[in-house]
Amino acid sequence: MGYFLQQLVNGLTLGAIYALIAIGYTMVYGIVGMINFAHGEIFMIGAFISLISFVVLGVLGVTWIPLALLLVLLIAMALTAVYGWAVERIAYRPLRGSFRLAPLISAIGMSIFLQNYVLLVQGAHEKTLPPVINGGFELMQQGGFAVSISWLQLIIVGVTLFLMVVFTAVIQLTPLGRAQRATEQDMTMAALLGIDVNRTISLTFVIGAALAAVAGTMVTLQYGVIDFFIGFLAGIKAFTAAVLGGIGSLPGAVLGGFLIGMIESFWSGYFPSEYKDVAVYAVLILVLMFRPTGLLGRAEIEKV
Amino acid sequence: MGAASRLKDAGLAALVGAALAFPLIGFHTSDTSVGFTTRFPWVAIAAAAVFVGRLLLGLVPPRFRLHQFGRRTTAIPHGKLVKLAAGALIVFAVLLPVLPIGSRESIDLATLALIYVILGWGLNVVVGLAGLLDLGYVAFYAVGAYSFALAVQWFGLSFWEMLPLSGMTAAMAGILLGIPVLRLRGDYLAIVTLGFGEMVRIVLNNWTAVTGGPNGIGDIPRPSVFGMPIAAGTPAGVTTFNHFFGIDYDPIQRLIWLYYVALAVALAINWFSLRVRRLPVGRAWEALREDEIACRALGLNPTMIKLSAFATGAMTGGFAGVLFAARAGFISPESFNFQESATVLSIVVLGGMGSQLGVALAAVILATLPEFGREFAQYRMLLFGAAMVAIMIWRPRGIFTVRAPSVRLDET
Repeated sequence: MGYFLQQLVNGLTLGAIYALIAIGYTMVYGIVGMINFAHGEIFMIGAFISLISFVVLGVLGVTWIPLALLLVLLIAMALTAVYGWAVERIAYRPLRGSFRLAPLISAIGMSIFLQNYVLLVQGAHEKTLPPVINGGFELMQQGGFAVSISWLQLIIVGVTLFLMVVFTAVIQLTPLGRAQRATEQDMTMAALLGIDVNRTISLTFVIGAALAAVAGTMVTLQYGVIDFFIGFLAGIKAFTAAVLGGIGSLPGAVLGGFLIGMIESFWSGYFPSEYKDVAVYAVLILVLMFRPTGLLGRAEIEKV
Repeated sequence: MGAASRLKDAGLAALVGAALAFPLIGFHTSDTSVGFTTRFPWVAIAAAAVFVGRLLLGLVPPRFRLHQFGRRTTAIPHGKLVKLAAGALIVFAVLLPVLPIGSRESIDLATLALIYVILGWGLNVVVGLAGLLDLGYVAFYAVGAYSFALAVQWFGLSFWEMLPLSGMTAAMAGILLGIPVLRLRGDYLAIVTLGFGEMVRIVLNNWTAVTGGPNGIGDIPRPSVFGMPIAAGTPAGVTTFNHFFGIDYDPIQRLIWLYYVALAVALAINWFSLRVRRLPVGRAWEALREDEIACRALGLNPTMIKLSAFATGAMTGGFAGVLFAARAGFISPESFNFQESATVLSIVVLGGMGSQLGVALAAVILATLPEFGREFAQYRMLLFGAAMVAIMIWRPRGIFTVRAPSVRLDET
């Protein structure tokens, strides 16, 4: 029971990170109907920017942790958002309205480019960050096995849930959200009604990138080790999460993210951990076989 | 646009460039201790480069801009030109080993290029003809290579016995994967095939008892010449190729023979692909790509059609896998990662989906390009990624040609 609870806690933390990345995939897919393959790389860049900010702030003397954390989050979100915007502007916007596979190939190219760009400017070595936030508390003690939650894990889940509430509110209640939903339904009609479609799509990428930067910051804090290659696997898993939850659906992405995190954590806890990724993909295939639109997705009605 | 607004536009672009460069180029954290160095001059250089680039781009007349080229409808080269180019290519390929450039390295590289050509043609059936986006094609490549290597290890089978058998094994893998997932459409299919490709790689990497895990499998034999191995000396009980023909042994002979085997397999697959398009099943693939609902209304069974396309593509991937294993003599899971799938998909898309000649040219370019860039190896993959983006913007439909449906009603 104690072991089970511990895996649950770990799974929720991991799931929160996947959920943050998955939102970026699902929003972009919802609005322009493309798999933004470079999104995993955006997450990786977010992780690098946050690590660099931590180091630089530390040297500059910002050592009060809540302030440092807040500053790092803001810096990482802002600068990663610029990357998200630039990727869309350079690699996807010229291809809007082109045939279906063109943006996907362009995205794969962008992903290779960004990975090697970071490899070139930051080196191939793993970057490490000493633990910034220490400590936690013991949830329960059972048969010599202590179930513990670190403060960091609480922060990760807390920040994730907070941002999800904020962004759901943005999409449901603000003019930007309305423009987004309108563009998602019918780009041409939205443009005719005076919505700046380009701006709306750019903002979608910016929001997705900012959330990925938060995920990157969390990974840097939680694991303390990053390299230029972390974006690939995290990206695939987050995309799996988005599909699992029903791509295009925001709550679906969150649900999918938590599920993927949980599956991974429980599999590592009870089965050989080398195969945890196989378990994730197997669940994905099973879900898609029996519920092809994902858990919360709407069935697509195809018109001739 | 006036000069002032152009400057302002370029200035904004430079600002974005500076923001992009500032965190990642401006700072470099130490790998060992807490600390960092700054490289602000490089940030300034990057921003200046963006400023100048943007300004120059603004001076290009709109009709010469990169993405305007893609808007133009290009006539599909027909008949004579394609035949001529294909013929020249085949003649060149056949003569390569006797040409002055036919060194050890270039023949080995050409064999690798042929393997990519075969992979490209195989995936072309799935993506180009049937319109199914497969992001895990490398799985079948791996199945082909590993079934060959394992059959050698366990049963002592030879290259020639395993070439068809590995193709069949890969085709079976394609059918096994296809049955559950082919009901899915478009991007869902893409992600499931991607997951399948990764699953195969992870299993190969971890099932150490069978696959040797990350250490891979070595000692894979090269193909024999009609049962006679190419070898030095006179091993007891075996007639070597060199002994039979009385030619002195030279290691390059093995490379040349493997090259010709790969060429023969490639030409056979090309012939098969061109013929199968005229069969009902090939027509059905293209019909399915154009409109699935119309296909169903006409009484075609989409699942069977997709399955046959998937199996054909997988079989071709299996052949390529056998050739790859024979060329390297050693295989490990590292050779079958997602990058490979992405490369093969780029070959198909860059070549112009459905076009045999375009795919072949794209495969040759993509396989040999990294070799020429050896001097600046650091920038190789960076440029590769950038080139993929630029080519997509330049010609979203591929560099060469687009294959129109084999049959169509002409408007008269």
